[in-house]
Amino acid sequence: MDQHIERPLSPHLQIYRPQLTSVLSFSHRVSGIALAVGSPVLVYWLIAASMGASAYATLHGFLDSWIGLAVLFCWTYALFYHLCNGIRHLLWDVGYGFELGTIYRSGWTVIGISTLATVAAWFAGVVVGG
Amino acid sequence: MQRLTAVALVPLTLWIAVSLFARINEDYSSFLQWLRAPANTILMVLLLISVFYHTALGLRVVVEDYVHSEGVKISMVVAIELLCFALAIAGIVATLRIAFSG
Repeated sequence: MDQHIERPLSPHLQIYRPQLTSVLSFSHRVSGIALAVGSPVLVYWLIAASMGASAYATLHGFLDSWIGLAVLFCWTYALFYHLCNGIRHLLWDVGYGFELGTIYRSGWTVIGISTLATVAAWFAGVVVGG
Repeated sequence: MQRLTAVALVPLTLWIAVSLFARINEDYSSFLQWLRAPANTILMVLLLISVFYHTALGLRVVVEDYVHSEGVKISMVVAIELLCFALAIAGIVATLRIAFSG
């Protein structure tokens, strides 16, 4: 495999109109990457908790800041989105939902449920949470 | 395995999301108390294993799609897999340290 020959590539992003299918597929990948990038924070949070109250408080100080909360919000949105679209993928794996109409309806459902879940979870946590 | 960890992650993710959002305003000691409950300790360990296995597989697919130089591709996949394994172990050890110290 010679990687050094520069060969022309047909344009893609400049040509194809974004559609729900392609946008959701790309979002699934991007959200997966975002979740992966944030996963060390989950581990660090457990480590900080195991180290004692002051390590835990330091991490929470950052997470409670405006930027920390904004990042957390986006990360949980990525989580709910990847979860919902992941279920859509699993349904495809067992053969369900390939008709075009169903694809679009399930796609909008994923957007709706993940947005709703994110907003509801944060609202419940911040306003109601114990 | 990607599908298997995906299936496992559906209930595990819902569990962790509900558990944490319900406790978002609670303090350090009540978090420890929650994690020390045997069911929660076990679920956290299962979550860490499933998440990092799933993440390693997912990132491998991404690398294979965009990196075409064989050497770079293999190095990146190996690095990602080792990192995911290390993170899973670190998370599990931290969880067990909390669970057994209470």
